[in-house]
Amino acid sequence: MRGESPSPAALARVGLSARRADRSLRLNWRNQKPGALDEAGWTPYVLPVPPRLSPVLPEPAAVLLPDRFEKWFASRGWSPRAHQLALLEKARDDRSALLIAPTGAGKTLAGFLPTLVELSTPVPQVISTGRSVRRTGGLHTLYISPLKALAVDIARNLEMPVAEMGLPVKVETRTGDTPVSRRQRQRRYPPDILLTTPEQLALLLSSDDAPYLFASLKRIVLDELHALVTSKRGDLLSLGLSRLWKLAPDVRAIGLSATVAEPEELARFLVPQPEGGRAAADTVIAGGATPPVVEMLDTRERLPWAGHTARHALPEIYQLIKANKTTLVFVNTRSQAEMLFQELWRMNDDGLAIALHHGSLDVAQRRKVEDAMAAGRLRAVVCTSSLDLGVDWGDVDLVVNIGAPKGSSRLMQRIGRANHRFDEASRAVLVPANRFEVLECRVAIDAIAENAQDTPPLRTGALDVLAQHVLGCACGEPFLADELYEEVRTAAPYAELLRGDFDDVVDFVATGGYALKTYERFARIKQDKQGRWRVANPAVRQSYRLNVGTIVEETMLKVKLVRSRGGGSGSTGVIGRGGRMLGQIEEYFIEGLVVGDTFVFGGEIVRYEALVEDEVYVSRANDGDAKVPSYMGGKFPLSTYLAERVRKLLDDRRAWNALPEQVRDWLSLQRDFSRVPAMRELLVETFPRADKHYLVCYPFEGRLAHQTLGMLLTRRLERARARPLGFVANEYAVAIWGLGDLSFMVRQGMVDLNALFDPDMLGDDLEAWLAESALMKRMFRNCALISGLIARRSTSDEKNRRQVLFSTDLVYDVLRKHQADHVLLRAARADAATGLLDLRRLSDMLARIHGHVTHRELGHVSPLAVPVMLEIGRESVYGEAADELLAEAADDLVREAMS
Amino acid sequence: MTEKLALAVNLQGTLDIAGVTMLADLSGALFWEDESLLVVSDLHLEKGSSFATRGVLLPPYDTAATLSRLAAVISRHDPRTVIALGDSFHDRNAHERLSDIDRDAIGALQARRDWIWISGNHDPALPSDLGGVVASEVAVGPIVFRHEPTGAVGEIAGHLHPKARVSARGRSVERRCFACDGERAVMPAFGAYAGGLSIRDQAFAKIFPTAGFVAHLLGDRRVHSIAAARCY
Repeated sequence: MRGESPSPAALARVGLSARRADRSLRLNWRNQKPGALDEAGWTPYVLPVPPRLSPVLPEPAAVLLPDRFEKWFASRGWSPRAHQLALLEKARDDRSALLIAPTGAGKTLAGFLPTLVELSTPVPQVISTGRSVRRTGGLHTLYISPLKALAVDIARNLEMPVAEMGLPVKVETRTGDTPVSRRQRQRRYPPDILLTTPEQLALLLSSDDAPYLFASLKRIVLDELHALVTSKRGDLLSLGLSRLWKLAPDVRAIGLSATVAEPEELARFLVPQPEGGRAAADTVIAGGATPPVVEMLDTRERLPWAGHTARHALPEIYQLIKANKTTLVFVNTRSQAEMLFQELWRMNDDGLAIALHHGSLDVAQRRKVEDAMAAGRLRAVVCTSSLDLGVDWGDVDLVVNIGAPKGSSRLMQRIGRANHRFDEASRAVLVPANRFEVLECRVAIDAIAENAQDTPPLRTGALDVLAQHVLGCACGEPFLADELYEEVRTAAPYAELLRGDFDDVVDFVATGGYALKTYERFARIKQDKQGRWRVANPAVRQSYRLNVGTIVEETMLKVKLVRSRGGGSGSTGVIGRGGRMLGQIEEYFIEGLVVGDTFVFGGEIVRYEALVEDEVYVSRANDGDAKVPSYMGGKFPLSTYLAERVRKLLDDRRAWNALPEQVRDWLSLQRDFSRVPAMRELLVETFPRADKHYLVCYPFEGRLAHQTLGMLLTRRLERARARPLGFVANEYAVAIWGLGDLSFMVRQGMVDLNALFDPDMLGDDLEAWLAESALMKRMFRNCALISGLIARRSTSDEKNRRQVLFSTDLVYDVLRKHQADHVLLRAARADAATGLLDLRRLSDMLARIHGHVTHRELGHVSPLAVPVMLEIGRESVYGEAADELLAEAADDLVREAMS
Repeated sequence: MTEKLALAVNLQGTLDIAGVTMLADLSGALFWEDESLLVVSDLHLEKGSSFATRGVLLPPYDTAATLSRLAAVISRHDPRTVIALGDSFHDRNAHERLSDIDRDAIGALQARRDWIWISGNHDPALPSDLGGVVASEVAVGPIVFRHEPTGAVGEIAGHLHPKARVSARGRSVERRCFACDGERAVMPAFGAYAGGLSIRDQAFAKIFPTAGFVAHLLGDRRVHSIAAARCY
């Protein structure tokens, strides 16, 4: 029995007539033509009719809000906000809605108000089913957040209105930490409101009793939707929604989101997509937020040419902290956070309470910082994007953003962390770490003033996530491929999914999807006589449950502080075990170190001593500087939008007036000596330096796209016999150096720059490089893990992790050679296009500048080239020439032997 | 073109073992020219299908991939004798899962030469219908070939799947390698899906009496000899 009708009284409370509700219950939207959806009460938006962008002028509170709620608002000295009432109105009209609101706008309460109002009228609690008792109400609202901590936080926040209004509402959380006994109870006796994560939803859906559990579901609240939809977790969530729409056809969704570039696109996520059409939830935009006050630090110091540390501005940052009550200092990477924290304490003569917070720190350490922050005991927290989302932070009166903002939406969300009060302006200071970042900060401030958003577009659903979902479905009730295909396509990211791809995925889940059909007898899912797919054996189900989710974590190693064993690096003396735990660090970072290398971690400079199983032993180092720079680049490249604004700023001389004098002078020098790139062109400079020749170009497309470009250009120059030796890329430029005289070669027509930058480099050259690319192997590994080809966790082997049974790299090599079009390789390539290789952006850029390459032959390095040239030797040169590295190590050996 | 030339020149390094010089082939095989003897270790054929029986559906192409690399190195050296140094099959039943094509490919490789299967811990009982002879170890002059290393002088063994990692300036490269101290050697695994064990593992310390052994890493175009103490 699914979809029990709410009592007439409850309906009346929210202004629904029973007749209307009944009608919407009876109708199966799946059988309707898109045009008929209106009547069915299903979210009635089918393009080309524009969605209702709510003017936020809902009916007066009295109509929408029951007495009890009005009194409660009044008792707290509040009055309901317009967007909160607007969501109640959407609920009454039986529509799904996307609420776009800045932090501090009472978004969460808005999302739960419809639920609380509906549940405020008690219904009979339990009935006997013969064998046991069962609630008639059942699960009413499912809340899903990207963060476990946020779900717990929200549960606490909901307690207040529930208790104060005396509502008969049971709220529970369900996360990876929830004990098994409680999880079982939740399935049998569900709470009214369940707060959970996308992974836990997938688990719940894969159980036999999912139809029972979700049949009563009325509402889904999706928090921080803007953050969820940009990753594979969003794909997983969308597929979960497609199941819920089937199990509870009259469920309505509310999405809560920060401001995004395309709200209408995001709103599609919340409702089932009709066959061949597009549907979207209504959008409610909370108005009235006071625009933030954002300034760029006008440093009195000399602006650095390169680097990301903003060391020059440290005293000024310290003064800002001192002048404010509580400051959040955002940086882009963990190592920047480490460095800044250390430097601030070095000058902290006033003993200000300054703390450090990033994702790699020990959990206990992070909780301590969070508690101290909430209690108002801290003057400043240096933090990374680990604090971009969610949890309420009390009274922050200033946000300082160090380095490049990277994207205007990201920056706005960070700034929103200051002053969680809706009606007061947030204050922020941007601190550019080098001259290019000044340009980036300038355009970001302009973008914020215009409220221009640059959030990424909605994803195309990944095939490896679909594979996981298909297996999950087979773990529950058996499915027919035809039906599941239709169901999956109701999820917005999968609306365009081709039947061929879907069938390949099912084939993959069943027998691996290999052209060589040898695994029929080992199939993981099998078809019964009616053609329904079900899991072949319980072990498959168990493995699915252990491996659900799309977050592939880097292998992390524990970092422990021990006493230095000192002396020669060759000694193998025993290292004292025990020692204080500093946190965790990525395995790949440690793999790049040799014993004795120093790096910054946990707020101090440490020396790498040894790796013992999964623990990294480090000791305190006395060096003033860490030897291994660990600016691995931010996770987020410069957004396309800001990049375009930077190019525009460069092209517009009058706009230079808004820039600091040092930067103006720098650009003027560039104009006189070489050229300032125009809006649509690609400037290429060639010049000699020492005994090498350099080529520098300025695409402004972000580090990832530039690394790919550098790799491809190097291959092409090698073919042109320019004998390239290496390259380095930053957010704005690529510099390549080699032995061949590039200026001469261009002059003589031996190198045609327009041909060099021809988009055809994305053909064979790309294929050839991808074939051996370590990045590609990493993508493949992620797809292999998410799709379930390889288990991350298994019940049997708790063996030493370092004794790997096989490596996905080896599997990749074999598969690529024998079945290059395998569905997992396609998934990996799709990831590469948008992910680490940023191929999409590179291809857009090459198309844009095609035929617009401007060359300047110079006698020496130009002012604009200095920043990227300074990265040489500082950034690890990006490349995959294993032989060179090995040869170098072998040479060292020879030198040692000869000395 | 130049790339191909370089490949031919640098394809192998040399290993001295108990007074005998052998070529360390970039493929991971060892070639004893004077005896026209080629050795490969730890082929782990049908490892993919072995995992499949346990529900891990690895691509079923590993046997074909391993055999085609083996065919390439055999055609390069045209040896009179081939020794497969144990763990040629991933499990006891692996040979039954060989496809007809792969079975024929093995037969073709065995034509016109002696073929010796040394038994290993994964394949202790090899069937007789595979061609070639089965032995637990083989001695040729001062050299003895066996699967599990004991540390004896003149011993060439496999079993451990040595690999080594070299790091510099924040980057690192990890490759399969030969481990050799001039008296004895451990060969890298040849199989497409065979994983590796770091030469810094205790297992190697038991075989090489001094820390002064060398890892001969299989690079992309040449074999690099690096002191084991420098590797991870």
